[in-house]
Amino acid sequence: MAVGQVPIDVGSAPAEPLAKGHRTRSFMDRVSAFRSRLPLKAKVGITILSLYILVAIIGPWIAPFDPNATTTQAIPEAPTIHHLLGTSATGGDVLSQILVGTRATVILGLVTGVIATTLSVLVGTAAGYLGGYVDEGLSLFSNVFLVLPALPLLVVILGYLPHTGELPTAIVLSALGWAWGARVIRAQTLSLRNRDFVLAAREVGERPWRIIVYELLPNQIGLIAASFVGTVLYAVLTSVALAFLGITNFSDWNYGDILYWAQSGSAVNLGAWWWYVFPGLTVAVLGMSLVLINFGLDELSNPRLRSSGSLRKLGRRNWRPADPTPVIRDYVEGAR
Amino acid sequence: MAFIARRLAFYVATIWAAVTINFLIPRVMPGNAVASALSKFQNLTPQVVKALEIEFGFHTKGSLLTQYLQYWNNVVHFNLGVSTSEYPTHVSTIIGQTLPWTIGLVGVATVLSFAIGTLLGVVAAWRRGGLLDRVMPAFTLLQATPYFFLALLMIYLFALKLGWLPYGQGYTLGVVPGFTWAFISSAITHSILPALTIIATSIGGWMLQMRNVMLTTISEDYILVAQAKGLSSRRVMFTYGARNAVLPNIAGFALALGFVVAGALVMEIVFSYPGVGLTLYNAVTSNDYPLMQGIFLVISLAVLSASLLADIAYALSDPRARRRSAF
Repeated sequence: MAVGQVPIDVGSAPAEPLAKGHRTRSFMDRVSAFRSRLPLKAKVGITILSLYILVAIIGPWIAPFDPNATTTQAIPEAPTIHHLLGTSATGGDVLSQILVGTRATVILGLVTGVIATTLSVLVGTAAGYLGGYVDEGLSLFSNVFLVLPALPLLVVILGYLPHTGELPTAIVLSALGWAWGARVIRAQTLSLRNRDFVLAAREVGERPWRIIVYELLPNQIGLIAASFVGTVLYAVLTSVALAFLGITNFSDWNYGDILYWAQSGSAVNLGAWWWYVFPGLTVAVLGMSLVLINFGLDELSNPRLRSSGSLRKLGRRNWRPADPTPVIRDYVEGAR
Repeated sequence: MAFIARRLAFYVATIWAAVTINFLIPRVMPGNAVASALSKFQNLTPQVVKALEIEFGFHTKGSLLTQYLQYWNNVVHFNLGVSTSEYPTHVSTIIGQTLPWTIGLVGVATVLSFAIGTLLGVVAAWRRGGLLDRVMPAFTLLQATPYFFLALLMIYLFALKLGWLPYGQGYTLGVVPGFTWAFISSAITHSILPALTIIATSIGGWMLQMRNVMLTTISEDYILVAQAKGLSSRRVMFTYGARNAVLPNIAGFALALGFVVAGALVMEIVFSYPGVGLTLYNAVTSNDYPLMQGIFLVISLAVLSASLLADIAYALSDPRARRRSAF
């Protein structure tokens, strides 16, 4: 998959030395340099995710019907040229429901991602950098949150909060979803803490917060991004599952609501596949784009994981496991 | 022995957190749990209300501290109160009836998923660039699919269209539960579809983690030495490579076992499987707070015992890890 892109990049390689001379490249240059280094998987993932964000913004305006519209019909209507993705049992247009529902699901995912990742970064770097009793305490704290069963607790808490809005759901999801990221970031901070450049900064007398913000965080940006993407995926899947169970705010459409109505309208038994297949696929493609982005970030930071396709490109038919890891030159140079 | 002290602190803290959350939720949340539970009963005298409150385990009299101590006392004696939706059955009785279903089905599915996934991950890493390695992303993408969506598709295809497998409930209605062939075969055929969906959505994670760790492991020098000695490929792959690469997977597996009780929530609701998850859902929809709290407590305890097992298994399988925690 990534193969197609790699050899083409050779042509753009001479651009690198030019930029090397002066550190202050323009913002757009840096963005395009970063883009050309991204594995294909990440590019595909980011493209799909951008599409969802676009729909989240303009969805309610381009929806052909009012998602709440009801007709007197009693059976779901199969896809026609009029209703491209069919209708629900009460005549609501499934396409319009998906277009309108994108906003709530995407916002919930992103907000949860931001809150939970912020918590992970704060707890993880503080525990890793400060060490000692602070580390013991914070690690204990995050371990406890790691083993508390999230979905049942969410069901119980949100069951007590009737007519839950988006924000309480996002807050509860973040409160239960930050611990894993904090552990990973703490481990990385521990390994960075004793590197020379951090020791030098400490020797110069930099304050701890300055070292954390300017020395440690920039070196973990990949890890933080991966943690963010993972949390968004968790938030999207969990919130859709919760809505599917009927623990949601029905005044706003989201993907889970559509599936909830399909399930409670016994779409499966009626054979009304369009009623649950289209919204389900919409969630699956969104999840897929996030997984692809994370695969891409992984490959960016660990060349060993790069997809099998690049190996074949190297023409090494009889690659033995013990051979040194083949790394494609362009990737390495691009990363410098 | 700092390691043991740290782990002990972790267990104590987690048990404390689980019980305290359980205690606080009905008291902090808006809405009066007692009133909503009692609203099912009509025309109650104050004495009856008081008696019912005590029976349900609400104990709203006294300061918060005495309530808290009373709650701990109940938990220690496993006195979880009486279910309000299935009055007068005790919460512990209901949990005792539903837990075997969940553990049986989801436990077996998790073990199978772990074993198959780990094995496939080993092979995918060993034959890097081979067929398995190239189709692996497809398995991982299944994980990004909402679980119940996959379940609905499978129900539609295998139960409704093809009619190969039954779905819904744990066994065919009319069969009397017991150690009879009719009941056991019925229970097994009813569990195939849910088990398949669990395996399909979880196997990718085991494969990916195993492959990634294995790739790092097999590029180490001792693997090269083992190959240079002329050991068979299979021996190098399993005894030298996989033996060392499997450690993170073992740690993950023990945690996954803990989440067996919790993770089945959505599955049990989609398949109306008579396990703990469905019971929790019914408790939530019928405002049965004692049952809700009891199930959450049992789930937390299950996760904790699994992480204890993880610690032990990890310490046994990796001498280096005796100084660290398993996860």
